[in-house]
Amino acid sequence: MSSIAEKVIAGDVRAVARLIRDIDDGLPEVRDVLKEIYPYTGRAYVIGITGSPGVGKSTLIDQMINHLRRRNKTVGVLAVDPTSPFSGGAILGDRVRMQRHSMDEGVFIRSMATRGQFGGLTQSTRSATDVLDAMGKDYILVETVGVGQDEVDIVKSAHTTVILVVPGMGDDVQALKAGILEVGDIFVINKADREGSDRTLNDLRLMIDMDQKLDAEGMWKPPVLKVQAVFDKGVEELMEEIDRHGKSLVKTYGGLHFRGRKDKVREELTDMVKNRLIEDVINRLNEINGFDAAVNSIVEGKMDPYTACDSILLPMLGHFGTT
Amino acid sequence: MVDKRKVRIMVAKPGLDGHDRGARIIARAYRDAGFEVVYTGLHQTPEEIVESAIQEDVDMIGLSSLAGAHKYLFPRVLELLREKGAEDIVVCGGGIFPDEDIEMLKKAGVKELFTPGSSLEEIVRWVKINVKLR
Repeated sequence: MSSIAEKVIAGDVRAVARLIRDIDDGLPEVRDVLKEIYPYTGRAYVIGITGSPGVGKSTLIDQMINHLRRRNKTVGVLAVDPTSPFSGGAILGDRVRMQRHSMDEGVFIRSMATRGQFGGLTQSTRSATDVLDAMGKDYILVETVGVGQDEVDIVKSAHTTVILVVPGMGDDVQALKAGILEVGDIFVINKADREGSDRTLNDLRLMIDMDQKLDAEGMWKPPVLKVQAVFDKGVEELMEEIDRHGKSLVKTYGGLHFRGRKDKVREELTDMVKNRLIEDVINRLNEINGFDAAVNSIVEGKMDPYTACDSILLPMLGHFGTT
Repeated sequence: MVDKRKVRIMVAKPGLDGHDRGARIIARAYRDAGFEVVYTGLHQTPEEIVESAIQEDVDMIGLSSLAGAHKYLFPRVLELLREKGAEDIVVCGGGIFPDEDIEMLKKAGVKELFTPGSSLEEIVRWVKINVKLR
């Protein structure tokens, strides 16, 4: 086994920090390390937390860390913030709310940027989760801003997905209808002391009640909780609901290990193949013979883009008969 | 493979100084220059800063101080980095420093100090030249 993998499994913070960096940067050599640490994964409980900017995700996570530490559980946090589409840079500020845990050896907090659309965010977050899992963290909390397919995918690969909203954001609830509702295992109304929290509670409950497939025997029906994260109100109840959801997963699937489930493995593997294709092909388009020539031909009106695409792809994928 | 490596910087406010407008402006300038900036918020101890910098695997720590405690706080950050074997993380500082303190801090290992006259362009350019991916 490589020394990096050994250090990661032993919980060496620097080795873990560096490995996550290399995953983020998409270095091909990390694959070998990930293969080595894979047998040590599958033990952590992963919780995804998502919601619009400003709903209090980081504050809630800060409190959740506290509750988990009181139960003597170790915690890893991956806080994802958006990359600027203009400069490629990012300000990662989620740590601000969690800094009181920075000296706690049982807690590892890492900020990640979404990087570009070809960054393979889902893949790199999942790999980073594996790293924190292999280093021995009992719980891993993944925080994302709940917009875009990538981020929905990230929370989908958690054991329990918590969707956070605040009162009075009518449009926010509208947005939930569009798809996030299906991935939410627990809904949390944060800042519940604000006006309109009962209305939001009713809206969410109504939406969940309208989903008839949840009425079937043994289906998990997402609870809706009122929380005031900043005052640590309702957080213990949230932790209990998470426990309850975990038990329901065990009952439904016979265990918590994702890679023992065909649906999850299929999803992950599809994503991985897609990312490798992107890495190996799309990111190298400029090196591909004839790409520039094709661009020029289209600009000069000598060729249509559909023919150009065929002429680039067919030599590569020809044996699949892509027609 | 396309080079996706990014310089990561931690902007930190050590000590009791409660004014972070400058630190936020610098963080923004770094973001606009294409760096990934981890901001820690106010009132950080050197221990918290160093531990966070290691977890975040940053290439540089930018310390902001306006309250006069830099002569203790900055060297302490460098000392802790050495203790943790992380002295390859570049440390620079920004704020209000008397000239003689600048000399003392540089001797302690702070790579550069920026004062109220420094322009954002200058600070960003300095990072581009002096901070390499580790």
